[in-house]
Amino acid sequence: MAFDILLGTLVLGVAIWTVAARDTFAAVIGFVAFGLLVALVWVRLAASDVALTEAALGSGLTGGLLLGAGTRLARVETIATEKPGAILGLSAAAVCALISTGVALIVFLLPEPAPTLAPQVAANIATTGLENPVPAVLMAYRAIDTLLEVIVLLLALLATWSLAPDDLWGGLPGHHDPADLDGVLTFVAQLLVPVGVLVGIHIFWIGSVAPGGEFQGATILAAMWILLSMAGLVDMPPVNRRWLRMVLVAGPAVFFAIGLAGFAIAGGFLAYPPSYAKQLILTIEIPLTLSIAATLALLVAGPPERQASG
Amino acid sequence: MSAATLYGLCSAALIGLGLFGLITHPQALRKILAFNLIGSGVFLLFGVAARRGAAAGFGGDPVPQALVITGLVVAFVSTAVAVSLLLRLFQETGRTTLSSDE
Repeated sequence: MAFDILLGTLVLGVAIWTVAARDTFAAVIGFVAFGLLVALVWVRLAASDVALTEAALGSGLTGGLLLGAGTRLARVETIATEKPGAILGLSAAAVCALISTGVALIVFLLPEPAPTLAPQVAANIATTGLENPVPAVLMAYRAIDTLLEVIVLLLALLATWSLAPDDLWGGLPGHHDPADLDGVLTFVAQLLVPVGVLVGIHIFWIGSVAPGGEFQGATILAAMWILLSMAGLVDMPPVNRRWLRMVLVAGPAVFFAIGLAGFAIAGGFLAYPPSYAKQLILTIEIPLTLSIAATLALLVAGPPERQASG
Repeated sequence: MSAATLYGLCSAALIGLGLFGLITHPQALRKILAFNLIGSGVFLLFGVAARRGAAAGFGGDPVPQALVITGLVVAFVSTAVAVSLLLRLFQETGRTTLSSDE
């Protein structure tokens, strides 16, 4: 309990820093630390699968994205912009305090005993062939959510690409500096990427029995691709390449096709026959992991900024 | 007071804090950060509900936990789109705020 009080105080302290820091860049650093602390909170709430996602995605990839944006905007962000008036500040503080109090009251008034679907999950988990309940929910019980989510990922990537100026449509995202072969970043990339790819695949694979799964694994794979690109060892491909588009849609397409096949083999959309449910789920997860990894990496890379040569 | 309740209060504070940052900061990047703080608070509330629903040998109800994983991924992609919009705004106008009086 003492640890929980300490952790809760730290989380709030870093969150206050993120809001109150004068410098935007300092606020972004605060947010990355905040994400790591929240990952610890997830461990304390007995949600290791969520903790892994928060650390990799909520802190790692989001942090990289925001740090990149912060660097680009640093020149103008440091110039003090207009401050909100005292009246606006005070009334905003009052409204926000009221909302926090309301949410806190709800926390105290939560029903006892707490409603839970855990027994139903435990009773039916054998039919999915998985042992870890969270991927069982993601890939079987609530597979429709996950299918729609990966389609949202694709739509978000389309939205990002659509921000490219007309003449750069279909070009290469981000900047590319050739690798400095004696540089620290190149060394780190060469050392870390093989290990990171292995860890990403392991976290994906272990997901059926232990904390992990396709989203966590895919995030780590995406981070490795971004690291290679930042170090200049590989360049991002032009976004109009057909093979790239195939990689991006392969996962959702296989997911949707197997979902449709469920009508014939198990009597419903996204239903799996219990005798080979695990094989079907794996057939979906392998291309899905690759598609999610590619989508996340390209989202961090941003819209095309250079013309494709040839 | 249980640890779950403690973190519930923590998430209530995060929601208010994030909302405050969203209203008072003129810079769009700060608004994106603040919005993510609100998101973390809401996700933690799901975590608290999941922890309270621990049963059948699980440390928490896996259904809200899975929903949070979906939520985290969608929060990330929304942040990515928002950052791209902001960088494009900066390219076009040289501004990083959304004030309308210019």
